This record gives sequence, C-alpha cells and structure tokens, in this order.
Amino acid sequence: MTLLEIDALSVSIRGKTILDAVSLRVAPGEIVALTGESGSGKSMTAFATMGLLPHAAQASGAIRLDGRDLLPLSDPELCDLRGRAMGMVFQEPMTALNPVQTIGRQVAETIRIHARARPPVRADEQAAETLARVGLPPDRFPLSRYPHELSGGQRQRVVIAMAIALQPRLLIADEPTTALDVTTQAQILALLKRLAREDGMGLMMITHDLAVVADMANRIAVMNAGRIVETGPTAQVFATRRHPYTRALFDASRHRADLPPATPGAPLLSVDNAARDYPLPRTRPFQKRQQFRAVRNVSFQIARGERVGLVGESGCGKSTLTRAILGLEPLQEGTITLDGLPVTPDAPADIRRRMQVVFQDPYGSFNPRHRVARLITEPFHLLPDPPRGAARDQAIAEALTAVGLRPEDADKHIHAFSGGQRQRIAIARALINRPDLIVFDEAVSALDVRVRAQILDLMADLSRSYGLTYLFISHDLSVVRSITDRVMVMQAGRIVEEGPTDRVLSAPAHPYTRQLIDAAPVLPDPEAAA
Amino acid sequence: MLRYALKRLVSLAVSLAVASVVIFLVVEVAPGDPASFMLGINAREDTIAALRSELGLDVPKWQRYLAWAGGMLTGDFGTSYTYRTPVSEMVAERMWISLPLALYALILSTLIAFPAGLLAASRRGRTSDMGVMAATQLGVAIPNFWFAMLLVLVFAINLRWFSAGGFPGWDDPVQALKALTLPAIALALPQAAILARVMRSSLIDILGEDFIRTARAKGLSPGQALWRHGVRNALIPVLTILGLQFSFLLAGAIIIEQVFFLPGLGRLIFQAITQRDLIVVESVVMLLVFAVIVVNFAVDLAYAAVDPRLRQKA
Repeated sequence: MTLLEIDALSVSIRGKTILDAVSLRVAPGEIVALTGESGSGKSMTAFATMGLLPHAAQASGAIRLDGRDLLPLSDPELCDLRGRAMGMVFQEPMTALNPVQTIGRQVAETIRIHARARPPVRADEQAAETLARVGLPPDRFPLSRYPHELSGGQRQRVVIAMAIALQPRLLIADEPTTALDVTTQAQILALLKRLAREDGMGLMMITHDLAVVADMANRIAVMNAGRIVETGPTAQVFATRRHPYTRALFDASRHRADLPPATPGAPLLSVDNAARDYPLPRTRPFQKRQQFRAVRNVSFQIARGERVGLVGESGCGKSTLTRAILGLEPLQEGTITLDGLPVTPDAPADIRRRMQVVFQDPYGSFNPRHRVARLITEPFHLLPDPPRGAARDQAIAEALTAVGLRPEDADKHIHAFSGGQRQRIAIARALINRPDLIVFDEAVSALDVRVRAQILDLMADLSRSYGLTYLFISHDLSVVRSITDRVMVMQAGRIVEEGPTDRVLSAPAHPYTRQLIDAAPVLPDPEAAA
Repeated sequence: MLRYALKRLVSLAVSLAVASVVIFLVVEVAPGDPASFMLGINAREDTIAALRSELGLDVPKWQRYLAWAGGMLTGDFGTSYTYRTPVSEMVAERMWISLPLALYALILSTLIAFPAGLLAASRRGRTSDMGVMAATQLGVAIPNFWFAMLLVLVFAINLRWFSAGGFPGWDDPVQALKALTLPAIALALPQAAILARVMRSSLIDILGEDFIRTARAKGLSPGQALWRHGVRNALIPVLTILGLQFSFLLAGAIIIEQVFFLPGLGRLIFQAITQRDLIVVESVVMLLVFAVIVVNFAVDLAYAAVDPRLRQKA
C-alpha cells in the first residue's frame, strides 16, 4: 500500500517549467531521499505535496496521500491535512521558529489548531511529551523556553516536534541538517530515522548531500532540472548509477582535487600563544565584566607554500581566530606575525595587502551596484602605487582568466553570475594583489557538489601556477582532505590536534577528532557497494 | 525584565538631566533681555536693573539653573515674567487640552492604521492593497492645516455638526470631546497614513519569514498565520513610529491649535517666545522633553514586552 503517490506532477510558474512529470512513491515506514542540486526542483516537489506552492504556480498531474488526490483540494481542506496527516521540517532552524513565542506554545499550536475541542492543558501536556520524544525533556527544556535560548540543533528538534506532534503519516524533511554541525547532523538524522520507524511514518528526505542519505534512505530519487532522472533502492542506485547525471553527481561528491605536492619554504604566518576574549553581559549592574575566552592560547605556524586546513564545529573559535589573523580584531594575549611583521588592527596597508580572504556567501560578499572590474580591484587601494589605465586592465584580465572567467566579464554586474562564478570572482579579488596568504573561510560550503568540485580544481590549479599559501577553514572534512596538506582541529578555543591531513583524518589521535570523523557522513565506495 | 526596566530608568534620568542643562543654556544665550522687553525701549537703566533683580535675573547663571531645576523637581516652575502667574498653573491649564488632544489623535490614528495596514499586507498587490496605498499616499501628502480647514468647512459650517473652534472646558466632557474631535481627526490622518504604511511593510517583511511558512505547514490558514505569528513580530517598527508620533502630537499641534482656536501648549510656547517670557519657554520645553523621554521609556518597555530576546539581552 503506497502512502504518498506523486504521479506525473508538473509545475510551472509564469510559463517557466519548474517540475516536469515527476513521479514518486513513498510507502509507510519507508525513507525516500530526493536528491539533486539547487534549483533541481526538490523543494518545489515538497511544497507541491504540502500544498504550499507560490500563488503564481500552475500544477498538473496528481499527488495522492492515502489514495486522496491533494491537487484539487481547497486551502481549508489542505490546512486540515497539514500538520495532522503530513508534517514538514525545514532547512534553517534559526529562522523556522517564531522568535517571540515559547517553544511549548509553538508545539502545542499544531495540536490546538487541529483539535479545538481539546482543553488547552491537554495540548501543553502533549507538547511536553512530544518535545521529550525528540530529545528535549521538559525538566531540562521547559515549555517556557524561547527559541533564542536554544542551539541550532535543539531548535531543529523543536521544529521536528511541531511536525510530528500529531503523528502524521508522512513527514517531509527539506535539507534538515544542512545548517548544522556534523555531530549535530548525525544526531538529527538518527532522530528522524527513529521517529519514522516508531510511528511507521513515511519520510521524504530532501538533501543535496548524497553521503547523508547513504546509510539512511531505503530508496533514492535523483532530480535534475525538474525531472527525476533515476530512482531505485539506495544500494542499487549507488552501485549502478545508470544516468550520466547521477554519475556526475557521485563523482563530484567523491571528487579529490589534484593538489600539487607542497614545497614548504620559510615560515610565513606565525601565531604565538594567541588569546582572544569577549566581554559577557553583566548579570548584575556595575559588576566587573566577565570575559569569555573564545581563542585559548593558540600557537601554530604556516610556512610559505603550505596549504593548511582548520576544522571544528560552530562556536569553537575558528572564526574568531580568523578575524585575528586577518588583523580585524585585537588579541588579548600573544602575537601574530606575517613574515616577522606584527599583525594588529592598526597594521599598515602593506601588511594587509599580503593577506586576502574569500568568504562563504557568494551572494552577500559583493556590492551589487559595482561592476566586476571595480569589485576585484578593491584591494588595489592597499598598494602604494596601484596600476592605472592599461596596466589595471591587464591585471583585471589576468585575474579573471586565472579563475576561469573571461576578461569581458569585467564590465558586468555581480547579479549576472551564478554562485560558483561569484566564488571565482571572490578568488580573483583575493589573487589580484598576489598576496602571500589567502584565507578561505568556508569558501565552498554554500556551493553545489559539482560547482564545489570545480572550485577545488581551480584552487589546485592556482596552487600549481602561483604556489599559493592558504588557510582553509571548513567544517567539511572531505573537502579539507582534498585540498590541504596539514590540518588543525579546533575545539572550545584550543587546537586539540594537528598534523598531516591524511594522517590526522585516517588515524586521529584525539578523541574529539575521532568523534568528528565518525559523525561525518561518508559516501560508500561504488565498487564495494556493487 | 526588571533589570531591563531599571536600566532604561537610569538612562531616562540621565537624559533628563542633560536636557535640562542644554535647554537652560540655549534659552539663556538667545538674544533679548526679558526685563528690557517688558519695560519697552524708553525704559531707564535703573528701572530695568530693578526689574532684573526682582525677576531674579541678576544672580549668577549656575545659581539660576539650580533654582530652576530644583523648583521643577518639586513642581514649582517659577513665575511668568509677563503674566506674573505661576508657570505651573498656566501649563496645567494648557495640558488639559494638549494631552487629551494628542491621545485622542493617537488612538484615532492607531484605529485607522492597524486595520488598513493588516488589510493591505494580507491582500498584497490586489485592489484593496492598492486602494490603501493610494489613500495613505494622499494622507501623507495633504498638509494637515489645509485638511483642518476643509473639516471646518464641511462639518462645522455646512453640516453644523461641530463647532468651528474654541474649547468649552471639561465641565461637560461630551462637549469637550466634541470640540476636540475635528482637530484630532486633522492631526490623526497624516499620522495614520504613515503608520499604516509602516505596518504594511513591516507585516510584508514578516510574512516572508521562514516561521510563517512553518506555521502554514502546521495547518494554519494564511489569516491565522498572519494574526498569530505576524502581528506581534511586526509591531516593533510600528511601536517606534508610534512613540515618535506621540511626541510630535503633543508639541507639534501648534498649527492645528491655531486653526481651531485651542489654547494648548503649542500656542503657549509660541506666545512666550514672542514675549521673551524665558521662564515659561524653559519650563514648557523641559516638560515636552520630559514627555518625549517618558514616551520613549514606555516604547522601550513595550519592545521588551513584545520581544523576549530584548528582555534577556539587558
């Protein structure tokens, strides 16, 4: 008996086809993964199932839940089904909850809205039970908590509790762990798996990360450009990869950049006993301010030509350390030097010129009103005698060519580029002054796997032609493995392990490193799976 | 929450102290000596000196500041140079018109703006939204004194429902409210137009938030999601504007008071300035500053009531 049956579902918005004859089945208790790159139509399939398509969308085909077609239903009829017969969990736990309502009230609302006759006390009781089921027992997480008092993983548990409070037959989870750390991700995935098993719930799991669903989903459907290109039992899809797109996706996920061998030279960056404090809010008026030490006396060196990774979970202090290395924030103890010269917030332009950074968000890190030429020449103001006229054009053309774009792209605005191209532009901006050190701060985390593979290849190429030295900050161990020679693992403000990347990731010495590696989802070897 | 309130209260006291010094200094350095103004241009030097000492203008400035500020704390605002009556009495009399008028206008403006903003936001892009937007555009553009004259023309002269101006006093509250109705409408309409626009855009921002989608996935209808999860979140910018508007209505009603012959605070301060009645100017300005700061304090408390994150941050 099929629980959810999507039959030749097509959706178009203002004449543009978003979904093209999508057919998908989910049986009770079954976990079906819907995977593909951004824009492939995964989320749109979920929204169509929930009846939450944008107003302008036109849908045809059929979506049957327990045999009942949902497409012709009116919104009040769908409201009755949402939350009761089908629930949904979203990607971003930080914004999926109403910030001004307690978690208890938000979970109880699912119960109240579908059973007005039930006395409110009962709804609160049931909300407490549901929260306990998702791992938030009321003695430690009272119903009166507000979302901002919880961590990302805890908030995602609240969102899951809201979705499963009435034990729906179908749960749709749209990238439920993408915004979370690896260890939290592992916990949330285990929770979803357990709930699906306990309630005999069908789970449609949407993710761009094949590794996440490898040991979780019963079946996989691969989407590309609004169509399902391949579907089947997980092991079979992993083993055969019939469709070229599936194969491309797999290869990109397992991609390892061909990094030229490192030729470490003289020490370049030297971080010596660095400590960074933040003031905590006072608990009493006129109290002496308490300090929180975000970076605890960290020391390391990066030699010229070295590619070093820095991994750790959010809140471990890696961003704080990065800001100090870039000379954006002062240290409370210790020193940071670049080529023997001190790096501080008031360091001269000459020091700043020698370090550049590439950020995570390819959309937010450019001024949308400037053209590419101006964007990538911004670091020129750090030069005593910046190139002008033909020399400037030459520098722009060189930088753009180096990152795989065309010199003509200099005249365009940033909105004309895709996420991957924007990240190339960010790298061009970092390269244009020929800096000694580049800091990549989660620089490929927001990219699709295939684009990510291309950017990693680009970095390997640039290492070959420019002999780059960089610090690569990431939470993704597989990327760090691919693109660095040496890795440092950071936990609670300290570097707990450091060594050659292959050694640290294959034979970790510190329990925390082991924990990170165990939690990270791994894509099975297709040969072994076959 | 209590700590947050205390913290705000301390900042309120500091603001008041700083404001009193600034007001005193500014009024003192303004040209024009009250004594010579009162006695006319032909007055003799010694007469002016006598009057100056009688008014207490001959003592050092810091002594006068302390006397003035200390007096304000105990409710003694000094004596008007021109009318020789206690300033507190003059202010209290005017306050009984200005304060109810401001509140009346504020209530009207809120009553108009909230439903209009809600309607426009929930029917974004449709006819009712465009209607509200057009009306608010007009409301912002029309000068309120012109609108006030229009109201007088229609409701007082043609229809004879209201009197054209003046204030009968609070002995008969119904008549008093009736006298304040046209001025309140004239004051409220432009404010309502601004408030409705802020409410609309704030709600539209909130409706794009993820948690509204979460609410819909729980089974809430669009209206329920708007009402239960949208409104409270949208209130924060609206409260800011409301606070600013109240301060403006209290002191900024001068033109409307003029149109309707209402003896309010605006007129009092205008007269006092033209007559160099410094003590009245200082006291009324200080009172208005006090009102603005207290309203801001109330708005700060309202923020904290609406947003739990603020309660904790403090």
